[in-house]
Amino acid sequence: MSKALLYDSTVCIGCKQCEQACATQNNLSYDDAIAAEDFQSAHKLTVVLTRKDKFMRRLCMNCQEPSCASVCPVGALQKTALGPVTYDPSKCMGCRYCMVACPFSVPKYEWGKLIPKVQKCVMCPDRVSQGKQTACAEICPTGATKFGERDELIAEAQKRIRDNPDKYVNHVYGLEEVGGTSVLLLSAVPFETFGYRSDISKDPLPMLTYRVLSHIPDFVPLGGMVLGGLWWITHRREEVALAEGRPAAIDEKNGGKR
Amino acid sequence: MARSTTFRLTFWKLVFLFLMAAGLYATFIRFTQGLGASTHLSDQFPWGIWISFDVLCGVMLAAGGFTLTATVHILNIKRMHSIIRPTILTAFLGYILVCLALMYDLGKPYNIWHPLIMRNPHSVMFEVAYCVMLYTTVLALEFSPIVLERFNLQKPLKIVRKILIPLVICGVILSTLHQSSLGTLYLIMPEKLHPFWYSPLLPVFFFLSAIAVGLAMTIFESSMSSKHFGLQLELPVLQELGRALVVVLGVYGILRLEDLANRGALKLAFHPSYETYLFWLEISLAIIVPLILLAQPRVRSSAQGLYFAAVSVVLGFITNRMNVSITGMEGSTGVRYFPKWSELAVTGMVIAAGFALFGMAVKYLPIFPKEEVVPGVASEQENEVPEAVLEHAGD
Repeated sequence: MSKALLYDSTVCIGCKQCEQACATQNNLSYDDAIAAEDFQSAHKLTVVLTRKDKFMRRLCMNCQEPSCASVCPVGALQKTALGPVTYDPSKCMGCRYCMVACPFSVPKYEWGKLIPKVQKCVMCPDRVSQGKQTACAEICPTGATKFGERDELIAEAQKRIRDNPDKYVNHVYGLEEVGGTSVLLLSAVPFETFGYRSDISKDPLPMLTYRVLSHIPDFVPLGGMVLGGLWWITHRREEVALAEGRPAAIDEKNGGKR
Repeated sequence: MARSTTFRLTFWKLVFLFLMAAGLYATFIRFTQGLGASTHLSDQFPWGIWISFDVLCGVMLAAGGFTLTATVHILNIKRMHSIIRPTILTAFLGYILVCLALMYDLGKPYNIWHPLIMRNPHSVMFEVAYCVMLYTTVLALEFSPIVLERFNLQKPLKIVRKILIPLVICGVILSTLHQSSLGTLYLIMPEKLHPFWYSPLLPVFFFLSAIAVGLAMTIFESSMSSKHFGLQLELPVLQELGRALVVVLGVYGILRLEDLANRGALKLAFHPSYETYLFWLEISLAIIVPLILLAQPRVRSSAQGLYFAAVSVVLGFITNRMNVSITGMEGSTGVRYFPKWSELAVTGMVIAAGFALFGMAVKYLPIFPKEEVVPGVASEQENEVPEAVLEHAGD
């Protein structure tokens, strides 16, 4: 049901055709200067990194339970059932909470524009919903980036590690990170080499805020009752004191109040 | 009195005009060239001083409003009544300025109303947006009697007076929610925020510190007002606020210490680092110095002692908010953030506007009581508004 990408860095030859295809798909310009940039930005949504003879892609992980979609106050970012985490610029008001909250620091901003958008890989939702592969998977000449069902890709990734334990780090990155992602990675060298954090929680991060937010519906009536009760007690006390001390004043007060 | 302060006023007017001019020029850059040209924000560091100071600190500094309305109207502590109007004024101005500053920070400020119809109840930001929107409305209504009195509009005045208590209760609930939620904003990034500041208790810390700052700001602003507007200082009231401040700071300090110890972050506090220095600056100003000052009866009962303790608390918790949103985030992002001149200019303009509007409100509206309100008269609570009207009608 849910689609995913499996990127096997040991098969990648670093041709950067995925970068080019991604730029074309998202109507972004691409030239030699942009090809040489080795970080994601508002005009480069995926990047093939090179460390010695090893390659590694970086792109939006399209998390199963994405922080960005959870924090977006207007729901401009959405996790679709098919897998992609999509973005609707017409809803966005530019608070940039998604950028701050993303555990992979993926969303980027068009800082130079007067009417800026958030930019990130959205896993080609138009293509995926038509049953097609993502642009990067389609163009990949070696099959390093493979598109398919998430469950099947997980099984395949685990099989590749099992068959060639010496070739791979024994870890499918994205299988469990922040509750799982729609991008799965295999590598011959530790993922930290390419800036992927190894200390990332296995639990979905949105739970951390939802645990607190979910108390609000209880808190509001409770708070109202406690405050109202306090008000009643403190004022009743005063009325009693008045009734005992100065009976004339209380008539005046009740007359004025009720 | 006005004559003797002419020179002073001229100096501050110059400062004000300078800040306004710089701020307006920065505004021009911001709205003609965008965020990239007007800030040092980047993909690595997307939230800067406009969020840290103008929003996080701004909302915190305006916390006196709900703290004091709850004390006076809910707990029925009448001694505090004389300072409630300037406090509500501060809170109302604070929230207006927070909303104004947000217009600078949002990439598409004309979409600021979107949370009204595009709802994501899982988002803390959505909750904060709603609470701030509603609470600003509540503050406007709590503030309205002051304006209505000025123009002697009895009918609306009566209506506002009738709904005052429900309004106050709504205000306290809304404030509790969004003051704590500004801390909840950071709960979703355990791997990004430095262990000095990331804690599951962030919402509690933000709420407690908002109360502390609310009390401290009330002391600060009463002291300032008595100095600049030549009003009688309400020393017994400030002493009482000082005592409450000790309690809140004590609870906050103990919780904070316990939390740091439980998460094993306490040992980091003795490793010299950039974060450690700013952590100790925050803890000293916010907790240690004011508690030492207020622990001494001689200081606690003097106007000056209370003033210094309050200023320390305010500066300490400003440092805290800056630490959570800037210092604590720099390590994981790998960049150092320092605001651009234009970011500082806008913030400076917002602060200057706050002071100027406060001064103008005091000048043209019945903010401070002309005479001491007689304490202990039962009808005063309910009849607060008409009494004040009579007072001013006589002028």
